[in-house]
Amino acid sequence: MIQARFDLAYPGFALDVDMQLPAHGVTALFGPSGSGKTTLLRCIAGLERASGGLLRVKDEVWQEGKLFLTTHQRPLGYVFQEASLFPHLSVRRNLEYGWQRIAASERKVQLEQVILLLGLSQLIDRNDPSSLSGGERQRVAIGRALLTSPSLLLMDEPLSALDTASKQEILFYLERLHGELDIPVLYVSHALDEVARLADYLVLLERGRVIASGALNDTLSRLDLPTAHLDDAGAVIEAKVAVHDEAYHLTRLDFSGGNLWVSKVERAVGSVVRARLLARDVSVAIAAPHGSSITNILAARIVEIQDEGADRVSLRLAVGGGQIILSRITRRSRDQLGLAAGMEVFAQVKSVALIA
Amino acid sequence: MESAFSTANLSAIWLTIKLATVVTVILLLIGTPIAWWLSRTRSWWKGAVGAVVALPIVLPPTVIGFYLLVAMGPHGPLGQLTQSLGLGVLSFTFAGLVIASVIYSLPFVVQPLQNAFESIPERALETAATLRASVLDTFFSVALPLAKPGLLTASVLGFAHTVGEFGVVLMIGGNIPGQTRVVSVQIYDHVEAMEYFQAHWLSAAMVVFSFVVLLLLYTLNPTGRRK
Repeated sequence: MIQARFDLAYPGFALDVDMQLPAHGVTALFGPSGSGKTTLLRCIAGLERASGGLLRVKDEVWQEGKLFLTTHQRPLGYVFQEASLFPHLSVRRNLEYGWQRIAASERKVQLEQVILLLGLSQLIDRNDPSSLSGGERQRVAIGRALLTSPSLLLMDEPLSALDTASKQEILFYLERLHGELDIPVLYVSHALDEVARLADYLVLLERGRVIASGALNDTLSRLDLPTAHLDDAGAVIEAKVAVHDEAYHLTRLDFSGGNLWVSKVERAVGSVVRARLLARDVSVAIAAPHGSSITNILAARIVEIQDEGADRVSLRLAVGGGQIILSRITRRSRDQLGLAAGMEVFAQVKSVALIA
Repeated sequence: MESAFSTANLSAIWLTIKLATVVTVILLLIGTPIAWWLSRTRSWWKGAVGAVVALPIVLPPTVIGFYLLVAMGPHGPLGQLTQSLGLGVLSFTFAGLVIASVIYSLPFVVQPLQNAFESIPERALETAATLRASVLDTFFSVALPLAKPGLLTASVLGFAHTVGEFGVVLMIGGNIPGQTRVVSVQIYDHVEAMEYFQAHWLSAAMVVFSFVVLLLLYTLNPTGRRK
C-alpha cells in the first residue's frame, strides 16, 4: 500500500490530496493539464517539498512530520517526459549511473536483463546519446531507472514527447515490463488510450484534488466522472482467447460478460488480452436483433442513464456477471425505445479495440 | 645594450607565471563554490554577493590595491590576523600579491563558471537525484563535466588576467625583484629607465602570449556549438 497526503499551495494552484494506492501493478494518475498530476508525482519523488505531508511506500516512511528523505535517499525510479540522458556519458554509462550508486546486494535488476527487456543491445555501445532517436532515448532512460531496482517507478507522461510510432514501440516495452518485473508504477498521463492500455488502477485528478480512484474499469465506467464524457470514453475488459476460427480469420474472446468475436488475434488459446469497448461503438436494442451484420450482441441490463450534451445520452450497462460497459446513443433513440434504468436490453458491439 | 634574457627579465617572467598559476588554482577552488551557489540560489543575498564579486571589474585597480594595502598593513584587520598567526605582515610579499590577485581576478573566474552552471538544466540535476546521487555526487558527476567549457574559460581568463595586472601589484607588492616584480612592473621600470629595447621585448612577449591564450580559448571553446 502507498499512502500519500500532500497539501501544497502555489499562487494560482493548490495541491490537496490524501490517497491510498495499491503497491503493485500500474496506477495511472489521470487528469487534464493543470490538474496537479506532475506536482503530485514530484512530491512523491521528493523533488517538491510539501511540508507537513505524509508518504508511506509499503513499510517505509519517506515523509512524515519532520522526516523528509531527499530524492536520492528514496528507492525510486523516475522517468521524465523528455529522456534527460546525461549528454556527457555514453549510453552504457548512462544506464550504469544509478546502478553503480546502489549497494551490490540491492541490485535485483541486472544490466543484461534490462538490455533484453528493452531491446537495447543495438544501442548499448553508442557513445553519444544525442545520436539516438526520441524513442530510443526514452527506452534508455527507462532502463536507467529500472537498474536502480526501485521499489516504486514514477513515470511522468513518458510518451507525450514522442511520435506515434515511437509511442507504440515504448508501449510494447512497458507492457512487457509490467508482465516481467514486479515493480509498482505510478504513471502520469492525460491520454486515455495509454491509461486504458497500461493501468490497473486509476486516480482521477482535477484542479489539485483527487476526484475518484479505483480499479481501472470500475472508474472508467462511472458516468459521474469526466472520463465518461470524453469522446473516446469506454470500458476496458480483460478477456481470454477462447477459439480461433481459421476459415473466417476470427477469434472468440470470452469474458465475464459473455463472448466477443474479433479479427483473428495472434495469441495462443488461453492467453489473456485487454480490449476496449468504446461507448460510441456500443448501441442497444430492446429485442434480440435478427438479420444484423453486427455479430457481437450481449444480453445487458441498463444500470443508469445520463444526458450527454443536448443530443446524446450515456448508458451504463451490466453484461453477464456484473461486468460494466458503456454505451452512447442519441437522446431520441432513448425516448423512442423508452429506455430506462433496470430494463433488459441487448448491447450491440460494433467494434472491439484490442489494446494488449 | 643589456640582453633581453637578462636575469631580471627572466626572474620577472618566472615570478609572473608562478603568481598566475598559484592564483588560478586558488581561484578555481574558491570561485567554483561561489559560482555554483550564485547559479542555484534564490536567496536575496545572490544580488549582493554577485555585486561584490563583480566590483573589481569596475573599480580602478588602485582603489582595490589601496584598501588591500591598508587591510594587510600592520594596523589593518588582515595584518592583525596574520601577525597574530605569526605570519607577519603580507604587504610587499609574494603571499600578499597572491591574495590581492585572487580578489582582483575573482569575477573573471566566477562569471564564466556561473554562466556555465546556469546553463545546466535543472532537469539534469533532478535526474541524478532520482538515480541516487547525493548533491555533492551530482556536482562532481554531472555539473562539473557539463560545465567543462566554462571551467576552461574561467581558468584561462583567471590566468591571463593575473598576468596582465599592474595597478594592484604596484600598490600592494611594490617592486621587489624576485618577490613582487612581475612582468608588467618590469616593463614599467624599463620605460622609466629609458630601456626601450627591453620594454619592447617584454611587451611583445605579452602581446604574443595574450593572443595565443585568446586564440586557444576561441578555438577550443567556440560559442554556439554547445547544444
